[in-house]
Parts: sequence; structure tokens; C-alpha cells
Amino acid sequence: MILFLEKRANYSPLFSALSPVLALAFTLVFGTIMFSMLGVDPAKALYTYFVFPLTDAYLIEQIILKATPLILIAIGLSVCFRSGNWNIGAEGQYLIGGMFGAIIPVYFNDFQSPLLLPMMMIMGMIGGALFAAIPAFLKARFGTNEILTSLMLVYIAQQFVDWLVRGPWRDPQGMGFPGTKSFNESAILPELIPNGDAHFGTVFAVLVAIGVWFMLSKTLKGFEVTVLGECPRAGRFAGFSTKQMTIFAFLLSGALAGLAGIAEVSGSVEKLDDKLSLGYGFTAIIVAFLGRLNPLGILVAGLILALSYIGGEEAKIALQVSNRATNVFQGLLLFFVLACDTLIHYRIRLVTSSKAGGTG
Amino acid sequence: MVDSDDNNKELLSVSGITKIFGTLKANDNVDLIVNNGEIHALLGENGAGKSTLVKMLFGSLQPTSGTIVWRGNKVKIANPSAARILGIGMVFQHFSLFDALTVSENIALSLGDNIEMGELADKTRSVSQEYGLPLDPDALVGDLSVGERQRIEIVRCLLQDPALIILDEPTSVLTPQEANKLFETLERLADEGRSILYISHRLEEVQRLCSRATILRHGKVVDACDPREETAASLASKMVGAEIDIVHRETGSGTGDILLKLNALTMPPATPFSMPLRGISLDLRAGEVVGIAGVAGNGQSELFEAISGEAIQADSDAITINGIPSGRLDISERRNLGAAFVPEERLGHGAVPNFALSENLLLARHSSDRADFLGLGRMGVIRRSKVKVLSRQIIEDMDVRKSGEDPAAAALSGGNLQKFIVGRELDRNPSVLIVNQPTWGVDAGAAARIRQALIDLAANGSAVMVISQDLDEIFEVSDRISVISDGGLSEPEPAKNMTREKIGMLMGVSHQNDADTPNTQEATA
Repeated sequence: MILFLEKRANYSPLFSALSPVLALAFTLVFGTIMFSMLGVDPAKALYTYFVFPLTDAYLIEQIILKATPLILIAIGLSVCFRSGNWNIGAEGQYLIGGMFGAIIPVYFNDFQSPLLLPMMMIMGMIGGALFAAIPAFLKARFGTNEILTSLMLVYIAQQFVDWLVRGPWRDPQGMGFPGTKSFNESAILPELIPNGDAHFGTVFAVLVAIGVWFMLSKTLKGFEVTVLGECPRAGRFAGFSTKQMTIFAFLLSGALAGLAGIAEVSGSVEKLDDKLSLGYGFTAIIVAFLGRLNPLGILVAGLILALSYIGGEEAKIALQVSNRATNVFQGLLLFFVLACDTLIHYRIRLVTSSKAGGTG
Repeated sequence: MVDSDDNNKELLSVSGITKIFGTLKANDNVDLIVNNGEIHALLGENGAGKSTLVKMLFGSLQPTSGTIVWRGNKVKIANPSAARILGIGMVFQHFSLFDALTVSENIALSLGDNIEMGELADKTRSVSQEYGLPLDPDALVGDLSVGERQRIEIVRCLLQDPALIILDEPTSVLTPQEANKLFETLERLADEGRSILYISHRLEEVQRLCSRATILRHGKVVDACDPREETAASLASKMVGAEIDIVHRETGSGTGDILLKLNALTMPPATPFSMPLRGISLDLRAGEVVGIAGVAGNGQSELFEAISGEAIQADSDAITINGIPSGRLDISERRNLGAAFVPEERLGHGAVPNFALSENLLLARHSSDRADFLGLGRMGVIRRSKVKVLSRQIIEDMDVRKSGEDPAAAALSGGNLQKFIVGRELDRNPSVLIVNQPTWGVDAGAAARIRQALIDLAANGSAVMVISQDLDEIFEVSDRISVISDGGLSEPEPAKNMTREKIGMLMGVSHQNDADTPNTQEATA
């Protein structure tokens, strides 16, 4: 017995548009089942996850703070995924970006200048882009599978940053805790609201979303991205180069992941420590697909995923559920987003005899 | 197997078959009767419903309504293996063979589980010799010619001892000589009492081979007749439902300026199964159409990609466009020199299937029409309204039939999309146009229109190269004809000096020993 995925000749545009909403609904249904099995009142659990955080100004600010790196990374990934480049290593690019941006405040801890922050942001972007250039080059030059190389580089980045903050970059006055010296005032991203936690990175995220949306939907470069992702052979006929696109998409998404990294380091932690890697680079893959690879959709999707993080924290305290439940939630969401998209555009056909398709 | 006593009895009788896809009636109340031992033609334009009908007979589609009677019994053909058990075999237009396996391994794959390879090789050899289809069971399919590959498909079908053999456009990939051989084999099979359902749009073939024909148009049977009692023109007008325009052509002078020069163009094969180009030289002059005939897979697509710049040459002088050495230029730069290209595959090469027509216009014209289509300098903001205006213009000029304002390329029929893709290039008034298989799978009306447009372009002073497997087309449009075989090109001859037999001879020529073989090039590079 074989399962075939057959493209539907006519798919419903309504369902296609509703796909992310359907996916969310399915996630909630299965979330209900999961909480029932955990012995928690599902209504209370879902309220704690998805409603309660929205009733509290502090928690809303936390959501925005969490959403910022997710959105920045996911926008870069949307360009990669649309062009058919499967960058799974954004987490590594995010870490290396944060590390690269920290070079100046780490080595010149007293250096103060209005130019310092822009320099740090640019350094962060360069770091992320350089790290993304490795799988891009390997793919363009040797045809390696970028899914494997970019993913494996994440572990290298994690170990490398961990080594830095425990070794050469460790603050001698840090009581033995891993982490660099705290940055001085002029190396810290301004707050969004005075005395709040959310920082200026959110503004970057919104600007980048608008800019990349414009590029993708209005310019020849965006056209090139979509053509090469849809149909590389037609792209070659149009005079577009698959290899150059691989480099471009990886550099752009690496730079945005790097920007997310340094914004987090500079705006939130205010130093580089061993807790920078929280899986944003992986969660951003969900954000990118939930946002339909559209930068404006990603703005919304980033907030939804951030809500699930914050809700998870609340649930841990209020309901005593492990925050692994949050991971399950996010996993369910990605699963249903992809499943809905696939089943709206394809139908499953069961073929019972392996000989049936012999010469067809 | 076949009882010769019931030679005149009906083997297959299809009545009232209807197949509906969504809102489209692909087959509408179709009747078809095939008798024992006859070669029955199924005629029709592209999209007339021939393939749909045949797929239902072979079990890959199920009819919406209607009955199939096989040897007097009403049957339901659930899948292709059920069709094979009944005794229905099919030879497809596009082969499904694995290049890296041998002939008998490929055959074994389709026969099922309990086969002894040695026995199968012997059987393959004996069947292939019996029917004049010589095959070496141990040869790698990748090394075989297209004609030989088709033999594998036929032998594979014959090994199952079918009573009815369905052939879908079998000669589209054959040289005239190979086609003649195939006809002999088919006549022999019919003499044995087997029935053959022969799908084609080539009328002379059908007239030569078939004693009865069923003609489909828009999913309906419009006539069932004896093709030998009809003229090619009367058959064609039944297929199309109207008289077809005849292509008019003045003979080109062939003395214009050289607009495209190929100078010992040599390319190594890009993959183990693609064809190298072996020292191809050709002068394409203003005002002429040069036809490149040849059997599929002899380097046509490689030649097209080399000239278009999708494959770039090491030597700048290998290709000269409008006097400028272009071997190292990419496809956009070559377009900007005045060249235009129409590839063989419409969906996936010439057009992105899911993109609207206007976006597919931008696909090929973003560089040559940069000033018009793109704004804000380097930002390259697409002026969609301008692209759409031109797209509408092309749709009107080429009489492209479509539904909706700006539909996706995949939503158009083959002929209409091809008209758009050709129109997209003609509208630029290119000085050099290279077309690969311009009317492959295109209905007769659209094909005539496209050929006329190519001739008119040359008449207005452009140079046109038409690469085609369709000899009728080659003779219809060409001033000079050259034949591509084995990656090499024959010396072009004026069309009036060429005959089918001569082209057939040239199709078999090997260019392995030509002066500039790619291997020596590679060694020196």
C-alpha cells in the first residue's frame, strides 16, 4: 500500500487563506486533550496560556520582548524559504551575531560614543551573515545539503559562545559566573517605554518587516526570490542565478538573525552570557510558516508564538505544568500549519497495489 | 490467445463514456468500437480528450458514466494491472525507463515479482527478434537511442501477450526510417489478430496504417470513418472543426547579414546522460529561417541552452550575436543584444506554472525592457500596470484564449500558452530568434499561427532558428535545413534540395570523430 500526495486541480482559496487559523484551532483542540490527560482543567489551562497574558501590561511587554527576535529571524527565514534555501541554522547565526556585536564592548568596555550602538548592530549583522555564509558557500560550490550543514553549525556556535563566556571573555569580577562584563550605558539599546524591559529592537523588527515586505512584493529582487523558489529552471531562463540567490538569501537571513542576537544582548541581557541560546532560531521557523512567509504576517505570527512562551511561564506557576508543555504546543502548531497547507493543496490517495503505477 | 475465427468480432466496445473533471467534460458520451485484428486510429487535436479516453481503457482513470465491454462482457477496469490481466497493453508517449538499469532489468520491474532474470533475458531476445525489434537485453538503457527505448516499451508490452495494444503518439520520437520499421511491426501484430489503438495527429501515418478512425473534438466523437477514403485536408478539418490556414512563405534570399554565428561550438555533457555538443558551426542570416531537424535527445536542448546562454561557453568567440562575441555572456546580456529564445518546455522552463501571464512576461523581459518595467533605479520596483498593459497587448496580438483577466500560466491550454510565450518574444521584434519545438503539443490552429509568425519575423529581416522533431514543420517553415545528430550538426542545405530520406540518413550520422570532440577540449582546458 502506498500513499500518494496528489496536487488538487482546484483548491479552495478560502481555506487557503484560513489555513493558519485552522491550524491554530486544531492546536487548541489537541492542547485541550493534552491538558485533560495531564489532569489539568483544559479551560483554565488554555485561559492561562492564551488569554491571561493579554490582560496584564507587564506581560504584554514581555510578549513584545519575546516576539522581537522571533520576528527578525523569521523574516530572514521567509526570504530563504521562499527562494528554496532551507536555512535551519538561524539559532547559530543569532548566537554568532550576538557574539560579534559584543566584540567592541567586550574589548573596549569604556568606549563611549553615539556611534557605538550602530557599530555594534552592524557588527552583529556581519557576524550572523558570515556564519550563514558557510552553509551558503558549501551549497553553492559543492552542492551540500544546507539543512544538515546549517543545523550542525548551530551546535558549533553554541559550544563556541559557551567557551568564550566561560573562558577568554569571562568577567574576572563575575564571581565565577559565565558571562562578560556588563556593557556601559552607550552600548545598551534604549528602552521602548521608559523603565520597561522591551527595547528598541522591536522598532528594527517592524522596519525590517516593512522593508522586506516591500522588497518581496514590489521589486525585481523579490520576483527573483519567488521565481527561483518556485521553478529554478524558469529562473535560469530569466537570467537569475540559483547560486547567487543561495548566497543572497543566506546572507540576508544570517544578518537579520545576527541583528536579533545583538539586539537581545545589548537591549535585554546587557552583556553576553551563556543563556543567549533559547531556541528562538528554531521557533522562528514556526513563526515564518505560520506567517505564510509574508513579513507582515510574520509580525502577527511572532506575537502569537511569544504569547505561547509567556503563557507557558504563567502556566508553570499557576498550574504546575512543566514548560515542556509549551514545546509540545509549538510543535503541534508547526505540525498543523504544515499539515493544513499541504492538505489544502494536495489530497491523499491510497494505492493498494505496488504494480498499479507500473508504467504510468 | 486470439481466436482467428472471431476476427471480425468486436474486441472492445465503449459506449456512452463520459468523464468530468470539475466543470470540464473531458469525454462526453464517447462511443468506440475496436474489432479483432484491426489498427484503429484515435484522432484529435491536443486537448480533444484522446488521452483521457485511453487512460480509462488502461485503468488509470475511472469513467464518470458509461460502459466498457470487453470480449462481450461488461468490465470495470480498476487499475492498470487489471487492464493487463484483461489483455490491454499500453506504450506511452513518454517512456518510463531507468537509464542506469539494463533493458531486461527495466522489463523485470514492470512484470512483477517471480521472474527469473536469465529466462527473462532469453524471452526478451526471442520476442524482440520475432517482431523485428532488435534489442540487447544486457544493454544499459542510458546508452540507447530513443527508438531503441521505444522498442523496450513495445517488447515489455508484448511480453504480456496483449490482445489490444494502445500506442500514444509513437512516432513523435522516431526518424522516418525507424517509423517505417515500427509500422511493419504493427502490421504484423495486426495480422496475428491483435488489435491496435493508434493515437496520433499525423494524418499521413494514420492513412497509411489504419483502416478505421475515430475522431474526437472537444471530448465528443465527431466522426468514425475509414481514413483511406478521406483526404488529409478533410481529416484535418474534422479534427479542428474548421479549415486550417495554410502557412504562406516567400523563399528567403539567404544573403542577408550574419546575425548569429556559431563557431565550432563545443560543450562537454552536463550530466552523464546528456549529449555533448561537437564542434557546431552555423551562420544564421537576416531574413532566413533555418530548420534544425533531428530525433529527440540528439543535443537539441543542449544546443538551445548553449545559444541562449543558460549554459555559458568557455570561448567567447564560440557564439557571435549581431557581430558581438557572446560566448561568455549570460542569457540577459544575450537578450539585450537582440536575441530571443523560446524553449521546448512551456511549463517549468519558459514559464512559471503558478505565475500570472503578466508575471511570466516580466520573467523573460525584465532585462531587455528594464527602462519600461522597472522604476526607482537600482531598487528595481516593478511597474505592474505597465507589464499588464503589454501583457494584454500580446494576448490580443496572438489571439491567446484564456479565462480571467490575468490567469496563471498553468491555467492555459498548451497552444494558448505557447502563443503567449512566442508572442512575448516576437513583440520585442528580436533580430535573432531561437525556438525549440515551437508547436510541440499545440493544436493545429495555434501551430499554423505560430509558424506563420516565425516566417513573418524572418521576412522582416530577423534571423530565425527552428529546432523541431516535426519534419512537416521543418519543411513548412525553413529556407535551409540542417540535421542534428549525436551532438553534431550537418551542413545546412537549401530546403528545396532536402528530402525526407536525406534527412533520415543524416539523422543517423555519428559525429563522434569530428575534429573538436569535447574530450580533447576538456583535456586542454
